[in-house]
Formats: sequence, structure tokens, C-alpha cells
Amino acid sequence: MLAEHLIYGLSGVGLFAIGLRAALLHGSLLAKILAINVCGAGVFLTIVALAYQGLTVPADPVPHALVLTGIVVAVSATALALALGRRLQEMQDE
Amino acid sequence: MTETLWILFDLLLAAMLLGLGAAAVGTRDLKRGVVLFIVFGLFMALVWARLRAPDLALAEAAIGAGIAGALLLAALRDEPAAEVPAPARLAVPGWLLTLFTIGLAVVVGWALIDALATAQPQRLLPLVSAEIASSGVSHPVTAVLLNFRAYDTLLELAVVLTAVYGIVALAPARPGFRPAGPVLEGLVGWLVPLLIVTAAYLLWAGAHAPGGAFQAGATLAAAAVLLRLGGHPRAALPPGTWLRLTLVAGVGVFLLVGVAQLAFGRAFLAYPVDLAGGLILLIEAAATLAIAAALAMAYLGGYPSDWHSSASAKQGGKDDAG
Repeated sequence: MLAEHLIYGLSGVGLFAIGLRAALLHGSLLAKILAINVCGAGVFLTIVALAYQGLTVPADPVPHALVLTGIVVAVSATALALALGRRLQEMQDE
Repeated sequence: MTETLWILFDLLLAAMLLGLGAAAVGTRDLKRGVVLFIVFGLFMALVWARLRAPDLALAEAAIGAGIAGALLLAALRDEPAAEVPAPARLAVPGWLLTLFTIGLAVVVGWALIDALATAQPQRLLPLVSAEIASSGVSHPVTAVLLNFRAYDTLLELAVVLTAVYGIVALAPARPGFRPAGPVLEGLVGWLVPLLIVTAAYLLWAGAHAPGGAFQAGATLAAAAVLLRLGGHPRAALPPGTWLRLTLVAGVGVFLLVGVAQLAFGRAFLAYPVDLAGGLILLIEAAATLAIAAALAMAYLGGYPSDWHSSASAKQGGKDDAG
């Protein structure tokens, strides 16, 4: 076990919890979407922290590919959520 | 001594990240929250670089901080005037929720520490290194994405396409911005060609160095966002049917290449070794255009004005999307 695993792995868990709490507590949809993004960043951080193998050894590329996919899916989901939110706003205004 | 310095640096970086994350979601002022989130994304990119994940650092800077930030900022304009958003109406008191998330974090953190202390991790790096000569590229992450685990990437492109069609189904594009002033226009004139060249480089470099379709696509999309901010409402998206073709190009070319292997008696997506490099570049080029178009459409926030008229071209009239 490396110190980096602990530091960044636990930071990821912390970010996940911060994001989850905010997503549940906030009333505004935009704030919720932002919070879920922070939540997801925490998950990515934990995965990549575990792929790290020290300064002189290359890290495991499979989790990296996984998280790269995750980042793109997250931004697509965010875009769809924002579009849904905008439509919802319009329907409330009508 | 250097060991201690590294740990100090790590602790500082982790503390900054947690602080920025908490500040971004903790503030009542949404605009402030979004700006803090963009800064958070940039720090995330630093952390990826620190953890020897340069592909992720590039992707995070372009997508996580760049495009996601632009999407959130654009959505901010639609929010009702800057009144303080109400907290959610909850069935349980807020402190109980806080207690629950702290409890969850402690349990997950404990499980993580326990797993780190006892588990014998199975690393996939040796396997990837052993097989990389047959993948057609020399960069391990690209080899995993486009060859060893090509299914994941194919389905990911399908997710992106689905999200775009969801957005298109909901609403017309937001009205564009008024034409930019001379300073921004000059900047757009400089930056857009630079971004296009950078995207092409990232696409090409992906075969042997950090880079690839996602980073290149996001960089191209950044050029589109910039064009739209500069007063080009279509953000240089191709007209009519070409736009639809561009959007499905990623999944389409990927599937065609994959299915073509079946005709030669190979498994789905199992490229022959001598053609793999070229096929991967072909798929990545199509994916770059598709991702860029998808992210640009997401920034527009809906279908462009000629979306429906291109489907029913015989009528020849403009639709009412405006």
C-alpha cells in the first residue's frame, strides 16, 4: 500500500460523500446536477488512485480507460439533465 | 526527504480538491458554484497528472472543466433571476442526512483501507504490455479503449448519441449571442484554427502518446463553443443531413468496422494485426467528429433551426424553430 492510495483514495470517498449530501439537500436542479458531478469525480478519483503504482512504474491503463469513458458519459448525462431541466422550467412558466 | 515532500504535496493537493468540491456545492450562489466547479475540474486535471494518468488530465481539462463548465454556465442563463434557491423539501431533517452521508463515507473509507491493507491486487498492466504489439497502437490506454475493450467504447459512443437525441427531442436551440465585439472576434479568429490543429494533433498522437478521440473531440467542441460565443449561432455545425451523419459517424463507422470483421471469419471487432493501426485511426477520426458535434449540440441546448426541415426536405419550408 502506498501513501498515495490512501490520500487520494480517501479524498475520492470524501468527495463522493460531499457531492451526495449536497445533491440530496439542494432544491435547485442545477445545484443538484453540479453536486452529482462532484460525486462522480470522487468515484473516478478513487478508481484512478488504486491504479497508481508509484512514481517510476507506469500506472494500470485499464482503470484509466474506464474512467476516460466515465468522464465522457458523465458530461453527456449532464448535458441531457440540463436540457431536461430547461424543458421543465419552460413547462412551469407556461 | 523527497518522500516527505511528495506526501506534503499530495496532502495539499487533496485538501485543495476537497475544499473546492465542498465550496462548489456548498455555496447558495449558483454562479459562484459553477465557477468554483470549473476551478475544481482544473485541480482534478492536476491530480490526474500527479497519478500518472495524462490521458485523463487532458480529458478532464477539456471535458470536465471546459465543456461541462460551458454547459453549466449556459444553463445558468435559463435559471430564474438570481434569487436564492430554496433548499429541497425533505421528508427527513437535514442533520439526519448529514449524519447518513458521514456514516456512509466512514464505512466506504474503512472498506477501502481494509482492502488496501489485505488485498493482493491483480494488475492488468503486464497483460496489456504483453499484448500491445498486436493492438496496432503503442499507447496502452488507446490500445485498451479501441482494441482490447472496444465494446466499452462502442457503447459509450452510443450513450453520447442517445444523450444528443434526448436533447434534440426536448427543445429548439437557445437563441444565439449577439455578434462579438472586435476584441473577442479577433481572439476567435486566432483560437479556432489553433484548436482545430490541436484536435488533429491529439487524434494523431493518440496512437503512441496520451491523446485520442475523446480529447480531440472535446477540443473541437471547444472551438464550436468559442464560435458560438463569438456570434455564430450554428457554431459551425454542418447543415441538414450532414449534421445527422456526423452525429452517427462514431457509432456507425465503429459498427461497420466491427461487423466487417465477421465477413472475414474473425470475431466482432477483432481487427487483423496488420490493419489494426489504420482501422483504429479511422474509427477514432469518425468518433472525434461525432463527439465534437454531440458536445456542440449539447451546448446549443437543442435542435438547430434546420433540423426538421432537413428531415422533410420536400416541403422546402423553414420550420418555426427560429
